[in-house]
Amino acid sequence: MTAAVLAAVLGTALAGCSDTGGKRAEERAAREAAAGGRAAVNTPKWTFAMVTHSGDGDTFWDIVQSGAKQAAVKDNIKFLYAHNEEGKEQAQLVQSYIDQKVDGLIVTLAKPDAMKSVVKKARKAGIPVITVNSGAEVSKAFGALTHVGQDETIAGEAVGDELGKRGQKKALCVIHEQGNVGLEQRCDGAAKTFDGKMEKIYVEGTNMPDVQSSIEAKLQSDKGIDTVLTLGAPFADTAAKAADQAGSKAEIDTFDLNAKVAASLQSGKLGFAVDQQPYLQGYEAVDLLWLNRYNADVLGGGKPVLTGPQIITKDDAAELASYTKRGTR
Amino acid sequence: MSAEAPPAEETLSSPRPVRGSLPRRLVGRPELGAVVGAVAVFVFFSAVADAFLQWSSFSTVLYASSTIGIMAVPVALLMIGGEFDLSTGVLVTSSALISSMFSYQMTANVWVGVGVSLLATLAIGFFNGYLLVRTNLPSFIITLGTFLILQGCNLGFTKLISDTVSTKSISDMEGFPSAQKVFASHLTIGDVEVQITVLWWFALIALATWILLRTRAGNWIFAVGGAKEAARAVGVPVERTKIGLYLGVALAAWISGQHLLFNYDVVQSGEGVGNELLYIIAAVIGGCLLTGGYGSAVGAAVGAFIFGMTNKGIVYAQWGADWFKFFLGAMLLLATLLNWWVRKRAEESK
Repeated sequence: MTAAVLAAVLGTALAGCSDTGGKRAEERAAREAAAGGRAAVNTPKWTFAMVTHSGDGDTFWDIVQSGAKQAAVKDNIKFLYAHNEEGKEQAQLVQSYIDQKVDGLIVTLAKPDAMKSVVKKARKAGIPVITVNSGAEVSKAFGALTHVGQDETIAGEAVGDELGKRGQKKALCVIHEQGNVGLEQRCDGAAKTFDGKMEKIYVEGTNMPDVQSSIEAKLQSDKGIDTVLTLGAPFADTAAKAADQAGSKAEIDTFDLNAKVAASLQSGKLGFAVDQQPYLQGYEAVDLLWLNRYNADVLGGGKPVLTGPQIITKDDAAELASYTKRGTR
Repeated sequence: MSAEAPPAEETLSSPRPVRGSLPRRLVGRPELGAVVGAVAVFVFFSAVADAFLQWSSFSTVLYASSTIGIMAVPVALLMIGGEFDLSTGVLVTSSALISSMFSYQMTANVWVGVGVSLLATLAIGFFNGYLLVRTNLPSFIITLGTFLILQGCNLGFTKLISDTVSTKSISDMEGFPSAQKVFASHLTIGDVEVQITVLWWFALIALATWILLRTRAGNWIFAVGGAKEAARAVGVPVERTKIGLYLGVALAAWISGQHLLFNYDVVQSGEGVGNELLYIIAAVIGGCLLTGGYGSAVGAAVGAFIFGMTNKGIVYAQWGADWFKFFLGAMLLLATLLNWWVRKRAEESK
């Protein structure tokens, strides 16, 4: 019975092939092997571990990891990764890596207070630490070598400037996770440099229909909004759909990049995207740890090494499209 | 009956069949409280938010309600049958992921993926129901297990197959436009755009109401939820009924999942967590008892509508964003209290 069903399914699957898109198209395009490759150095096989505050299934952290992995291959490093969105859990993960006596640590400081003691412990154990993504302001005080990431406020300010340049008047900042400090900083930064008015709206990021209908409702109730700013790549297209449904001509701009955003930038559906280059955050962190181990180098002189913001418009999108598809931009 | 009217007190005290005047028939309906609550919420937001009364706004509210309502209707039936399902939120995401990834990996016509997803989703629903009737464990535990398993599978398989945590775009594949018409298009009625999910929702309400009130299966559902052992004793196929209810939930999850996929093209594997509570909330606002045996499909739909109105009404009213969740909670509590009060009054006057 089961076999018959399976056979039937496979049968229809073979009969019902699609001539466009899909995996075959991807293979036809014959992309080069993005990751992989061989070590470029012959230093000992050190072990570096990265512990982030990412939740499950986050596109952004996927890209950070692929950067870190690529650098690890090049530098002959064994790369370990763990994540937990709760501060105290994240600290325990770091502790377990200290117990394993790793040769270098990369951590995020989204919840600095929870991480403070464990980062100091790593230092005491002689493990160099690099902070990435969040925690630029406390990184040095905790004893980290350097910080690699985007300053969210500066990124927000870049957006505010860009909106002004484009002559926008009233913007809506869509926060997809209530209580996330980084997202608030982006909106606040944008509001600071933007001459027009800026409003915030909170939506349920794990529920796309809710994101769409909330933005729709907001655009219907306030016809003056001419810009919708989303703070994560997956929400940009949904915002465009909402504007369309609400009969609004508002321009959609977004933080972060993915394949869909690159395509929408090209087609003119989106105005611009602000990229903080997560790939660089992973890649540079591993590379800088290696440089420190190998050559006692420190980059940035204790000041954060900024990976963004980079403003991407229609002109750059074509070039980036293939990189977003392979998950490195 | 003679033309002479009987004395009033006799009418009240003597047990009579459920016929009688319209208001008296109404008070016996589970959804009455929810309808009163819905009217109250509607009047309230009409008064405080100018934009709330536009036709286009109404269509947005309906869309928000329908995406919850499509699931709330079968969830209500399941709750009338005395069971819970905590896996519904992520099951919707699973369903979307399966169709997307199957179509993509096999380079198959999108409709093939949609079909495979239907089978797989129903299989998961069957798994829930079968395990439940076999083990007699609380459905809370079993579906909590499924919830976690599915959450893990959604992420694990997506990562394994697509190498990222979201699916690849399938919008350039064959069959996509027609599937999009079925699951994610909108109709223009006058100058109002109505999302097709609203039609799916209405169809499910009609189907569920028909099953509940006009078929033998409907009696079985009330019976297994109200008094399982007694129902078994009089020959109600308890196990078949419960498995059927889980299949119903899976079917609706499949519809919602396909909407997600064809409306948004790319599916994020982490979505859907927490939505299972919204469906249960809608059913409860709509008059379903948490203990089973009582409730209605229309009630659950009205519950979803209250939720949609509140959720979007807060935006239309332009209230402070920091207090968004607070307003939402307070409005829901008020609607439910009103519902409870109306039902109590109705039961007292019976």
